[in-house]
Amino acid sequence: MSVIIILISASLLVATGFLISFFWAVKTGQYEDDYTPSVRMLFDNELPKEENTVEKNNSVSNIKPQNDL
Amino acid sequence: MTLEKFNYDNKIVRNFAVVTVMWGIVAMLVGLFIALQIPFPGLNFEQHFTFGRLRPLHTNAIIFAFVGNGMFMGIYYSLQRLLKARMFSDTLSRIHFWGWQLIIVSAALTLPFGITAGKEYAELEWPIDIAIAIVWVIFGINMFGTIIKRRERHLYVAIWFYIATVVTVAVLHIVNSMELPVSFLKSYSVYAGVQDALVQWWYGHNAVAFFLTTPYLGLMYYFVPKAVNRPIYSYRLSIIHFWALIFLYIWAGPHHLLYTALPDWAQSLGVVFSVMLIAPSWGGMINGLLTLRGAWDRVRDNVELKFFVVAITAYGMATFEGPMLSLKSQNAIAHYTDWIIAHVHIGGMGWNGFLTFGILYWLIPRIYNTPLFSKKLAGFHFWIATLGIMFYTIPMYFAGFTQHFMWKEFTEDGVLRYPNFLETVVQIVPMYKLRAFGGLLYLTGALTMVYNLVKTAYSGKLIENEPAEAPALEKVYVEEHKGHWHRWIERRPIQMLMLSLILILIGGLVELIPTFMIKSNIPTIASVKPYTPLELQGRDIYVREGCYTCHSQMIRPFRFETERYGEYSKPGEFVYDHPFQWGSKRTGPDLQREGGKYPNSWHYNHMEDPRTMSPGSIMPPYAAMIENDLDTSSTAPKIRAMQTLGVPYPAGYDAQANADLMKQANLISADLAKDGIKVMSNKEVIAIIAYLQRLGIDIKGEKLTGNK
Repeated sequence: MSVIIILISASLLVATGFLISFFWAVKTGQYEDDYTPSVRMLFDNELPKEENTVEKNNSVSNIKPQNDL
Repeated sequence: MTLEKFNYDNKIVRNFAVVTVMWGIVAMLVGLFIALQIPFPGLNFEQHFTFGRLRPLHTNAIIFAFVGNGMFMGIYYSLQRLLKARMFSDTLSRIHFWGWQLIIVSAALTLPFGITAGKEYAELEWPIDIAIAIVWVIFGINMFGTIIKRRERHLYVAIWFYIATVVTVAVLHIVNSMELPVSFLKSYSVYAGVQDALVQWWYGHNAVAFFLTTPYLGLMYYFVPKAVNRPIYSYRLSIIHFWALIFLYIWAGPHHLLYTALPDWAQSLGVVFSVMLIAPSWGGMINGLLTLRGAWDRVRDNVELKFFVVAITAYGMATFEGPMLSLKSQNAIAHYTDWIIAHVHIGGMGWNGFLTFGILYWLIPRIYNTPLFSKKLAGFHFWIATLGIMFYTIPMYFAGFTQHFMWKEFTEDGVLRYPNFLETVVQIVPMYKLRAFGGLLYLTGALTMVYNLVKTAYSGKLIENEPAEAPALEKVYVEEHKGHWHRWIERRPIQMLMLSLILILIGGLVELIPTFMIKSNIPTIASVKPYTPLELQGRDIYVREGCYTCHSQMIRPFRFETERYGEYSKPGEFVYDHPFQWGSKRTGPDLQREGGKYPNSWHYNHMEDPRTMSPGSIMPPYAAMIENDLDTSSTAPKIRAMQTLGVPYPAGYDAQANADLMKQANLISADLAKDGIKVMSNKEVIAIIAYLQRLGIDIKGEKLTGNK
C-alpha cells in the first residue's frame, strides 16, 4: 500500500500550503475586521449599476462622485 | 487618494454563461437518454451509443462542461468585482475559455468511440489530461494575477474558496492522471489494483469536494448576499466554514472503499473525517439560509432566491447524507445501489444545478442591462425542476433499498431467496422509468430557461466593458520594497525554507511516483499470474465499452455476497490491473469471479443478444464484437508498457505475444465450434470471452486461510 504514502504526502502538501496561507491571512490582518467585508461586497458595483439604469444608451462618461458606503 | 478608472470584462462572463447553458442542455440530454436506456435496452445503438460509453460522457459533461463553465462564469464575474480589478489578462481569459471548450469537444469526440482511461470521472485519455492541466494552470495564473493587482486589500471569503479550488484540483488531477501512454489515444494507469482504487477515490471524492463544492460555495457567498442585498448572516462563520472545510475534506476519500480490500485503518480514517465534515458543511448551509433572515418574503417573488434557497437546502441534505453514508453499517446497504445515484443527483441537480440557474437568472439581465424577459417562465422553471429532482431521487432511494434487501435476503433454509440477480433488477425497472421522467421534467425546465435567457439577451445589449472606479491599493510595507527584489526573500529565511521544501516535494513526487509504483507491484499471491495477451486485449475491450459503469469486480466480505458471487476479493488479486475495474455500481452482477461460471458459448450468445440467455436482461447487445477484428498490432506495445509498469512478462515476450494470442484464440474458437457456433478466432468477442473466463480463477485452486 505504498501509494498511501504518496497520497498522504500530496494531501499534506496541500494542507501545509493552506496552513501557511492561513497564517499569512491572520498575520496581515485579513481577519481583524470580520464584519465590514460582508457589507462592502454589496456596494462595489453600485456605480456602474446606477449608470446603466439611468442612462439607457450606455454612453455616459465615467466621471461620477464616488458613493459613500 | 486618486481614483483609478477601469472596466470589468463582462464579455468573458457572457461567453462562459453561453457555454454553461449550451453544454448543460447537452449533458442533461445525454443523461435523459442513458436513463431511458436502462429500462429500454433497445435504445442502445452499437457501437458508439451504448450505456457504457455514454454514461462517462454524461458525467464528464455535467461535471466539467456544465458545472465547470458555470463555475468559471461566476468566478470571472465575482472575482473582478470583489477585487475591484479587471481580470489580469484578457488573452489568458480567452485562452482559458477556448482551451476549456476544446477539451470538452475532444471529450465528446473520444468517449463515444471508446477512447477512455477507464477511471470514473477521469476517463479522458492522456493528451486531453495534459491539456486540462495546462488550461487549469492558465486559469490559475489569471486568477492569482488578478489577486496581485487588486484594489481591495481584503480577500473576501469567496476568493478563498476559489483559491482552494484552483490549487487542489491541480494536485488531484495530476496525481490521479499518472498514466503510461501505449499509443496516441491509449494509456495504462501507472497504479495497479488496490493502489489505483485508492488514488482514484482520493481524486474522485476530492473532485466532488473541490470541483463541485468549494467553487460553488464561493459563488454562494457572493451571489446570495447580492441577490438578497444583505450581508451574509455571519462573516466570521464563513471564515471558519472555509478553513475547517478544506482541512477536513481531503482526508475523506477512503469512504468510497469501505469493506473493500483497502487496509482497515485507512477506511476508519476516511470515516472519521467524513463524519467531522458535517460541522463545517452545515455551518455553511445555515450561514447561507440565515442570510435571508427577515427577508423571506422576497423569496416569494424573486425567482433567483427560490433557486438559491433550494440549492442551499440540497447542499445541506447532501452533506448530511454523505457522512451518514460513510458509516460502515449504512455504507454496506447503499454501496453499489441506486441510493448513491440519488445522493449524487441531490448534489448535482439540486446544489450545482439550482445555484447555476439562480446565478444565470440574476446575472444575464445585469450584464445585458435589461430586466428578465419573463419572471413567470422562470417561476415555471423553478417548480418543474424541483418536481424533476423529486421524481428523480425518490424512486432511486426506493430502488436502492429494494435492491439491497433483495440481494441479502435468505430463505429459512439458508440459501439466497433471489439467487438470480436479474430478479432484483426487474423489480426496480419501474423506478428507472420514473427516474427518467424526473430527468425529463428537469430538462424541460432548463429548456424554458434557455428561451427565457435568449429573449432577455436579445431585448438588451451586452455591456462588454462595465466601467468602474476605485482607489489604488496603498502599499503597506513601503520600506520593504526598497532595494533589490530578492532582499525581500533574504529577510525571510523560514518562509524561504518552506517554499523550497514545497518545491522539492513537488519535484520529488513527480519523480518518485512512477518508480515507486512499479516497485510495489510485487504480487502477494503466488498463484496470481499476469493476463495472457488475449486476455489483456479482452480487458482493454472491457475498459473501452465501459463495462465498469454497471458491473463491479469487488466482492465484499458479506455472506450474502460470497454466497452469490464466491470468495470475497483479496488485494493481491488485482496487482496486474492497470487500471483497476472495481466499479461503483451494480446495475448488473459482480464479475470478479465470472471465470468458469458459464461455458464460452453462453458468453458468445449473451454478447450477441443478452436477452437470449437472460430474458428480461437490460444489458446492451454487443453483436459488433462478433463482426470486429481484434487489433493485434497493439499487442506488442501493450506488453512492453505492462513490462515497464512492472508486470513480469519474460524479457522479449512482446515478440511472441501474438503467437500465444492466436493459440489461445484458436482454442476458444474450436470450443465454440463444438457448440455449433462458427466464429473466426480473430474476432473481438474471442478476446472478451477469454478475459471474462479468466476473471477471479487464479486463486480458486488455492487453499484460502484467514483473511489474507
